Amino acid sequence: MTTRSKTTAAALAATGLLLAACGSGSGQAGTPSFEGRGPITYVAGKDTTGTVQPMLDRWNKAHPKEKVTFIQLPTDADAQRQQMIQNAETKSDAYTVLSLDAVWTSEFAAHRWIDRLPEERFPLEKMLKPVVETSRYRGDLYAVPGSSDGGMLYYRTDLLKKAGVSEPPATWAALKSACAKVKKLPEAKNMSCYAGQFQKYEGLTVNFAEAVHSAGGQVTDASGRPNVDTPQARKGLDFLTGSFKDGTIPEQAVTYQEEDGRQAFQAGKLIFLRNWPYVYSLAQKSAIKGKFAVAPLPGLDGPGSSSLGGHNMAVSSSAENKATALDFIKFMTSEENTRTLLRDASAAPPYASLYDDRALVEKYPYLPVLKESILRAVPRPRVVQYGDVTSAVQQEAYAALTGEKSSAQALKDLQKTLRKAVAR
Amino acid sequence: MTEIPPEADARPAVQRPVERGRATAGAGRLAALLVSPALLVLTIVVLYPTLMALKESLYGPKGLDPETGFISATEPFVGLRNYAEIFGEAGARFWNAFWNTTFFTVVTVGLETVIGVAMALIMHQAFRGRALVRAGILVPWAVPTAISGLLWRWVFNSDGVANALLGRQILWTTEGFHAKVAVIVAEVWKTAPFIGLLVLAGLQMIPKEVYEAARMDGAGPARRFWHITLPLVKPALLVAVLFRCMDALRMFDLPYILVGAQKHSVETLSMLTQNEASNVRFGPASAYAVILFLYVFLIALAFVRLLGTDLVGGAGAAGGRRRGGLFRRREATA
Repeated sequence: MTTRSKTTAAALAATGLLLAACGSGSGQAGTPSFEGRGPITYVAGKDTTGTVQPMLDRWNKAHPKEKVTFIQLPTDADAQRQQMIQNAETKSDAYTVLSLDAVWTSEFAAHRWIDRLPEERFPLEKMLKPVVETSRYRGDLYAVPGSSDGGMLYYRTDLLKKAGVSEPPATWAALKSACAKVKKLPEAKNMSCYAGQFQKYEGLTVNFAEAVHSAGGQVTDASGRPNVDTPQARKGLDFLTGSFKDGTIPEQAVTYQEEDGRQAFQAGKLIFLRNWPYVYSLAQKSAIKGKFAVAPLPGLDGPGSSSLGGHNMAVSSSAENKATALDFIKFMTSEENTRTLLRDASAAPPYASLYDDRALVEKYPYLPVLKESILRAVPRPRVVQYGDVTSAVQQEAYAALTGEKSSAQALKDLQKTLRKAVAR
Repeated sequence: MTEIPPEADARPAVQRPVERGRATAGAGRLAALLVSPALLVLTIVVLYPTLMALKESLYGPKGLDPETGFISATEPFVGLRNYAEIFGEAGARFWNAFWNTTFFTVVTVGLETVIGVAMALIMHQAFRGRALVRAGILVPWAVPTAISGLLWRWVFNSDGVANALLGRQILWTTEGFHAKVAVIVAEVWKTAPFIGLLVLAGLQMIPKEVYEAARMDGAGPARRFWHITLPLVKPALLVAVLFRCMDALRMFDLPYILVGAQKHSVETLSMLTQNEASNVRFGPASAYAVILFLYVFLIALAFVRLLGTDLVGGAGAAGGRRRGGLFRRREATA
């Protein structure tokens, strides 16, 4: 490997040529040339909704010489990342187009596992800005948004109305006072107020970042440096720890992942729930059908900001037939196909226009709220060592939530660990 | 493996003119021929990966170039630093994982042995519906660990069966000693039948006459158990315990699925290794894997040498078992 990178460097210096095709990528030397046409593969997590294959069939019909094969990885995001890394580390050409979780972009770009993409080839200006940001590394485009996701506040319309609360809460204080009013109702006697995802896993990083951002703080600044030991961040974390202490969040919520919270909400145990859009259609089929609605996440002084989810498409740097890959990404991330993904798999599209489409809004009444949520969203830390950063966040936030440490101490320790992790 | 160079042995033997020598040479050549595929496979699947892991453990993680924002293409050679760091500041997580692994092994194997022997004694009794009881006891062993992890996560859920039975809310899957208890319960449930099965096989080898004679001599059930059953079933039991120890030392999926990754109260050495590797630090990950390998190897060696576990089984259960195991193993492979 050493000799190869040496020769690469020598060749670069001597001739100034872009050695994009040699597999290891040329990094700082500009956009690689996307050459070669022929069969490619599309690699993503298991498609449980059955929407992807029909899309590929349409592409294959139109491009008989550039057939795309669908490689389905496990549903578990960690397992997907691991397999993609293995493929990249062995410089295999088995994977061409990768569907990356939005938080992996920096890591994959920094390792040169994926190629820098030509921006002018994609209609990025039509997409929501925070979503496009998740596909950049150091200002350069390394992926194209295929779908997005934002957190929303689910709430019980029937109970709020009965308690005389006319509007969903926009601030944490309003949320607590609405709860106090609802709790006075006889039917809400055994209910808890609010829950999110607080088990020690990626969901906690999402919820912690939301609390910090919604209070005006930040986890890492624009250039990726940790900046979490601030009074604002502390107010955010204090909202969570305080809510656990005063019972706003039920004690068992510290074990909740997405599904636990959804089940509790559907079983009528929660008045408010922070969750992703996928919950909407499932809750419509449950006992609380027609009794709930969504609102943007509340914050300290006004509406809060969500963390972003979603998937971006990138080209594996060790792949072949990259010209086809680029066309295929364009096809998959087209407005038409993301509309299909929204319709059949309820994946949030990256395009702004789809959120205002009347037919779609009629079918998915949460779309306007979701758009607002995404527009106000802040991505999770965009750092190369995301794995270390997220485990540090989980470690310290969890210690604060379970009362093992004070918020101040947890944030101080987190700042220290993050600084070490990012410097690595 | 190294002490048996089959070809080297066989060739000079062929040239010996003595007839008897030729016969042994022929047998030796045949033996070498028959064994060599196995040796080849072992070299590929065991020796090569072990040596690669050893080599990899001498390299550090790739660094990030702050100028370009790219990770360097090569891993720096750091010698034994990955091992040395275990004793430094970064060692806290390693030692936590090490003690968790040891704790789980000692406690679960201890409980499994007691419960497994009890199960075997029950299965060995003649009573109506014995086949059903045997099948019932063996079901947990048949369930894949990952599935039983999911199953027990459901049991230990905040609204789960465990809390309903106990009548109070324990958040099992959070950090703390209760998380360890959850793992131990699930692990013992799953693997006690394995010990039960092996011990049952041992029990069925004991002739009935021994018990009859003991009863004639006036030995009660407790005495019969201590002085007849246990010593006679010991070879089978020791093999079972050894297998369980080696299995428990590399425990990964049960705590990972039941309680979760990154949980310090249940993180084992395997989980730590996996975590390092998934963060693209293959050097430290290999170092942890090598240490785990040595740990398992030492435990296995201790079993064979101190307790005289008969790994190959069969001949000579009585006498000279102390070192017999090892020697017989060599004979068997040669």
